[in-house]
Amino acid sequence: MENQATYNYKVVRQFAIMTVVWGIVGMLVGVVIAAQMVWPELNVGPWFHFGRLRPLHTNAVIFAFGGCGLMATSLYVVQRTCNVRLISDGLASFVFWGWQAVIVLAAVTLPLGYTSGKEYAELEWPIDILITLVWVAYAVVFFGTIAKRRVKHIYVANWFYGGFILAVALLHIVNSMAMPAGALKSYSAYAGTVDAMVQWWYGHNAVGFFLTAGFLGMMYYFVPKQAGRPVYSYRLSVVHFWALIFTYMWAGPHHLHYTALPDWTQSLGMVFSLVLLAPSWGGMINGIMTLSGAWHKLRTDPILKFLVTALSFYGMSTFEGPMMAIKTVNALSHYTDWTIGHVHSGALGWVAMITIGSIYYLVPRLFGREQMYSVKLIETHFWVATIGTVLYIASMWIAGVTQGLMWRAVNPDGTLTYAFIDAVKATHPYYFVRFLGGAMFLAGMVMMLYNVLRTATVGRPVDAQIPVVHAHA
Amino acid sequence: MTDFTSGFWGIFIAIVSIAGLLWLGYLVKSQSTMKLKKGEKADVTGHVWDGDLEEYSNPLPGWWVALFYGTIVFSFAYLVFYPGLVVVGNVWGWSQEGQHQAEVQKADTKYGEIFAKYKAMPVAQVAKDANARGLGQSLFNTYCIQCHGIDAQGAKGFPNLTDNDWLHGGTPEKIVETLNQGRHGQMPAFGAAFGEEKVKDVANYVLKLSGRPTNELRAARGEATFKQVCVACHQADGKGSQAIGAPNLTDNVWLYGASEATIIETITNGRDNVMPPWQAFLGDDKVHLLAAYVYGLSQNQAAAKQ
Repeated sequence: MENQATYNYKVVRQFAIMTVVWGIVGMLVGVVIAAQMVWPELNVGPWFHFGRLRPLHTNAVIFAFGGCGLMATSLYVVQRTCNVRLISDGLASFVFWGWQAVIVLAAVTLPLGYTSGKEYAELEWPIDILITLVWVAYAVVFFGTIAKRRVKHIYVANWFYGGFILAVALLHIVNSMAMPAGALKSYSAYAGTVDAMVQWWYGHNAVGFFLTAGFLGMMYYFVPKQAGRPVYSYRLSVVHFWALIFTYMWAGPHHLHYTALPDWTQSLGMVFSLVLLAPSWGGMINGIMTLSGAWHKLRTDPILKFLVTALSFYGMSTFEGPMMAIKTVNALSHYTDWTIGHVHSGALGWVAMITIGSIYYLVPRLFGREQMYSVKLIETHFWVATIGTVLYIASMWIAGVTQGLMWRAVNPDGTLTYAFIDAVKATHPYYFVRFLGGAMFLAGMVMMLYNVLRTATVGRPVDAQIPVVHAHA
Repeated sequence: MTDFTSGFWGIFIAIVSIAGLLWLGYLVKSQSTMKLKKGEKADVTGHVWDGDLEEYSNPLPGWWVALFYGTIVFSFAYLVFYPGLVVVGNVWGWSQEGQHQAEVQKADTKYGEIFAKYKAMPVAQVAKDANARGLGQSLFNTYCIQCHGIDAQGAKGFPNLTDNDWLHGGTPEKIVETLNQGRHGQMPAFGAAFGEEKVKDVANYVLKLSGRPTNELRAARGEATFKQVCVACHQADGKGSQAIGAPNLTDNVWLYGASEATIIETITNGRDNVMPPWQAFLGDDKVHLLAAYVYGLSQNQAAAKQ
């Protein structure tokens, strides 16, 4: 075939553009539900009620924005680091269109009220089957390309992408097991406490593999590339990779502290969550230390700013997570907005920022340009996104700790000092600050879309030539 | 502590947990052998990807290795003192049920006397004691406002406690009984038996009983049905019966609403309304104070009206 001389950039371009588009859609829904928390009268009709839009937000940002970002970068990285074109253009195209179909189906069925009721796995069984098909195709394309590689060693980014693809397949299939009871209705294969445990085994590993391992793959390619420096430590990447993928599998029970889950399961969930601190920080150290000797580049390179800030937020939220898994801390933080703050320090600070940085790296290369249409606008995007993230996290910390303390405050006679509504009233101003933070982050994404579209229109789609393999690789 | 029917699982869990932690320790150790001499700089590994991607062979940072080992050691210690390694139990015999019971016991010792001292005083008298009313309100705000509202005026389906209109009786004894045992208010469904027209007729008669605007023709027809069927609970005068919890239909006080549509809904589908029992959860002392507080709410209202 004639195109064997070039990389398949088409599917990367498609996913890269849709990353930005779905990012805007998902974050817009996020801003809407944040506004509903401030102004409850914005809950309009059943379709646009908070209860239906919230899963739409989470699915859109995780699987549409995050998923497209992971697919764009992994399919780019696997080609570039294996010195070979994807094994099948047709299958790659199926992955793209299949994944878009899943997203559109989610965007239609969730507001209509079709849900399996499992957090981050709300989609009903026919869509679950489609996800499985697309995912298997994705795995075939990715691992097939690895198998066909023209370099001996598999680059570290591909370990993480590979771990992410395998684990997500396992998680999705096990957790989505259900008995259909109609075209868009099903009942979980598990009951009661077991169902809850399977759900949070899935839920926390969605964080661990979808939102962490996959994005660490991104980090391991784009940080050293953009910094122009070798990865800090090969040994560290070996240890933290195996420790991370092993330990995450145990951490789920910390979502079910002080529930019907047996004590021993809760304890194991807690200690393995604590053990996760070091493997997580291994990734942060390896990323940040890669910059040693190139710190000056941070002053002028907004893409590098995104990547390094992402690593800082990653380090912060992976410290916070193990702390929140400790039972005594969890007793205060659980069910409060602290959890929401924690999730978003990971989601906005880490996942979104590393993705944004990586996409800014990719887009000029995919459209035959030296750099983005406006580097200045990237700089503005960076500051708007950073301030937005800080506003979001700080307001939810304050709100969460306030709620936790108010719920447990007792009068001198041992009765509760505050009614639930008192804590809601106390939280209200912080909901407004959170709305502002989210709106700023969204505004940054709109700047990004403009910048990406301008870059795409002044440039033209290119497929890079595959270089001759280095003899020593 | 466990729900396993076979002892095997306890052993299995202990083995995989310990093996998992040991394996993590081995993983760190296996990669910690290499050290840099003072002033020595790490080399790259020699592999190159995509033109310029390389890796240094820097050793693991010492503080990071210490942190990793630290969490593993902590985990072993925690699993000795707290449940986790199912088969060997735990040194402190800790359980979340045990923790809860200990906290309840502690609270009872600390606060019990505050509530107990009013137990000997009759409810009506407790209701006049400002300090006791404060305690009662604290209890009310903790346990009752979810349904009856912060102003105790209830909501649709949840009775107003301030209007001196009682479904099951408003004497101190009856209020204590309601709190202790809970209540289950049931109105049967008559939609199928009556048919749409007859339901509408009865609804109009019910409206008339409370002196609300009504269709006289329908009300007259409804009265006949009422006197045949509804009187069994609501009595011939429509004033109901507190003994069986049948509401008074003549006082223009409505649990679900006074519109014709709502009354039709009630007659057609019936109602099923539950107040949970509190005796086991709160104990007699607190129920006594709560009863006094609730009693006081309507007494004040009654006094104000006079």
